[in-house]
Amino acid sequence: MTKTISEKILSNHSGTDAHAGDIVIANLDYMMGQDGTSGVAIDSFNKMGAKKVFDSSKISIVIDHSSPSPNIGVSTIHKKIREFAKQTGVNLYDIGCGVCHQLLPEQGHVVPGDLVIGADSHTCTYGAINVFSTGIGSTDLAAAWISGKLWFKVPETLKLIYTNKLPKGVFSKDLILYTIGKLGAGGATYLALEIEGEVINEMSIDARMTISNMAIECGAKAGLMRADQKTLDWVGKHSTRKPNPIEPDKDAVYKDVVEFDLKQIEPQVAKPHTVDNVSPISEVAGTPIQMGLIGTCTNGRLEDLRVAAQILKGKKVHKDCRLIVAPASKTIFLDAIKEGIIETFIDANVAVVTPGCGPCVGTHNGVPANGENVISTANRNFKGRMGNPEAFIYLGSPATVAASVLNGKITDPRKYL
Amino acid sequence: MKLKGKALKFAKQNDDINTDYIISGRYKFKIQDPVELAKHVMEDLEPDFYKRVSKGDFIVAGENFGCGSSREQAPMAIKYAGISAVLAKSFARIFYRNCFNLGLPAIEVNTDQFQDGDEIEVDLDNGIIKNLSKKIDIKIPALPKTMQTLLSDGGLVEHFKKHGGFKLD
Repeated sequence: MTKTISEKILSNHSGTDAHAGDIVIANLDYMMGQDGTSGVAIDSFNKMGAKKVFDSSKISIVIDHSSPSPNIGVSTIHKKIREFAKQTGVNLYDIGCGVCHQLLPEQGHVVPGDLVIGADSHTCTYGAINVFSTGIGSTDLAAAWISGKLWFKVPETLKLIYTNKLPKGVFSKDLILYTIGKLGAGGATYLALEIEGEVINEMSIDARMTISNMAIECGAKAGLMRADQKTLDWVGKHSTRKPNPIEPDKDAVYKDVVEFDLKQIEPQVAKPHTVDNVSPISEVAGTPIQMGLIGTCTNGRLEDLRVAAQILKGKKVHKDCRLIVAPASKTIFLDAIKEGIIETFIDANVAVVTPGCGPCVGTHNGVPANGENVISTANRNFKGRMGNPEAFIYLGSPATVAASVLNGKITDPRKYL
Repeated sequence: MKLKGKALKFAKQNDDINTDYIISGRYKFKIQDPVELAKHVMEDLEPDFYKRVSKGDFIVAGENFGCGSSREQAPMAIKYAGISAVLAKSFARIFYRNCFNLGLPAIEVNTDQFQDGDEIEVDLDNGIIKNLSKKIDIKIPALPKTMQTLLSDGGLVEHFKKHGGFKLD
């Protein structure tokens, strides 16, 4: 029988002929936890009576969700994580290194064909480089640390094909917001996505990661793309591991195939309080904004910062508004300094903060006040997400956020590009 | 396994109840004691929700319950609040896994037939949910074998303690 990318990767890692609906126990290539989930994982690990991990070279813990620590409770968790890393020999990315979903591919831990888990829902990001990667909880992570394995239900696959071209000023973030608006928050629950087409072929790896990152926002288990030459070149630059690119069979069986021609779309904005509450920007333009955020595992990469700096260069953030920028890793931070991007931000009165997740997940570094509107490049705008249930979060591309904070209101970025 | 309690529904929302509603990020990073965490369960959707939970009650919701983050603190807060199972039309998959890993049943059933406060009995062994208030019996399909094993062992921690690894066949 023919197979999808998911069926092939899960077959390869379980030693079975796996098809959608099967439950397999599979060997993992890499596993990740962050500081919001690893504390509970360490508790489960200890309760399971384990003393050591199966292979410390396949494990990273990233302190990124509250980094550096904003309070004593978090400091206690961080201390526990540091001690665990020392005791077991697993790799630790401590404060300032960056956001987990940037670090794993950037530091070469994951390559095409891998099976990867992370105790964070946006682990699906590495699907952009042909990795079957998916989010799991803390106790699953503990079980994986001990055994090197995890059980998976092999998902059916929904294929998304993007034909034609995106118009100028419309980015991969707009594409995925549009898609989630169409599919709905539960539109791909239990499914893997295979994402392809001319639009994807044209995109950089950074831009592709924005799309795979948000697969979970329509409930998907993975957001897989093929590995083309661009992928292999990128992976070759970041990793010494040998990739094993996985193609779907030509006549693989899909749950459904949906084709999008986005030649005519405008920049897209998700409105409070759900990611699938999406409008073209013309419907929300003019909405007053008090705060912006550019960063996160969705849009904190170099090209994201670059487009925002292009819009902000020589100008100031609107006087009734503020902008926080958090580069997704220290490598990106340094590259942005070298390119003069950070200087542009600081000149524009932007608050540039340490690489990390803080503002997106509401732990620190920019909690909005009651009644305030925020526009963010993050992947989630749930009520309370940024630390205040009385605030309102809009999601858009880095260009949309930059244009909006310049004017203190939601603004179509295309006139600046 | 037989569970009994009343149905607890949310007046403001039925579908897509996300993990930020279940337990907000502003608590999950700060509070490590699950009993304390449970006092904030569902707070942003219904303040003081935990006060109306009696031990054994069920959370009853619509589609895509538990969407959003992978935080295991979400099912943990539900469990420590005294909820014995979550009944929904469908679940987000990470939340679903996390429930069984903690020994908390997550049961897919058409919940339109339940109203807030209905007395419910869940009989997992025989696959029947009884709405005692409305005198309706609903047959539910058997849980996947993996889930049954995790539940009968009392969650993934206990499963690993018992078998020293995965033994799900």
